[in-house]
Amino acid sequence: MATNAKVQPAAEPARGWYGTVLLAWLVPGAGHFLLKRPWRGALISASVLLMFLLGLMMRGTMFQPQTGDVLTTIIYCGGFVGDLASGLLYLLTVWLGYAQPDMAGFDHDYGTKFLVAAGLLNVLAMVDAYEIATKKKD
Amino acid sequence: MPKMNLSHFEAAILFALFASVVLGVITKRTDSDRLRYGIRCFAYFVAALIGLGWLMKLGHG
Repeated sequence: MATNAKVQPAAEPARGWYGTVLLAWLVPGAGHFLLKRPWRGALISASVLLMFLLGLMMRGTMFQPQTGDVLTTIIYCGGFVGDLASGLLYLLTVWLGYAQPDMAGFDHDYGTKFLVAAGLLNVLAMVDAYEIATKKKD
Repeated sequence: MPKMNLSHFEAAILFALFASVVLGVITKRTDSDRLRYGIRCFAYFVAALIGLGWLMKLGHG
């Protein structure tokens, strides 16, 4: 039996987003530069970089993954992932020997939050770069 | 690297500013929408900051 239903063209496969997302992780904002969105890339890059640097200048602590009770696991493993999400900023900082112990004081605490938040903002930028690279977003 | 000592307010305002910029940049589809959304996010951050600050002050007694 012949069908006269229209055949929908297959969606164009997403290609090449791996490199974009990897670059967006390693260098905040670089994914957008690669995708020819220089102003958006510059704003993301400046925001993440400044937030990370402020975190360092406030002597924030880098999380190390720890397990134990649920709350400890969530805070320390989640914090580690957040720190790691800053890409080269985190890797360079650790390789250059930054090892601030956890200290009392609200400025250290803010610093720790700034470091994690910089990574989380970079995750949002990576998702945005992925969506642009796969043409889910213009 | 020099150590920086910021007050609660300064640190929270800077946090709000950078978070608002990124949220504005990645969320909307046109530049004017992005600008408006970023400003709105920043205003919400500041409103929450001041509101929670007063709540803690009043709750503390």
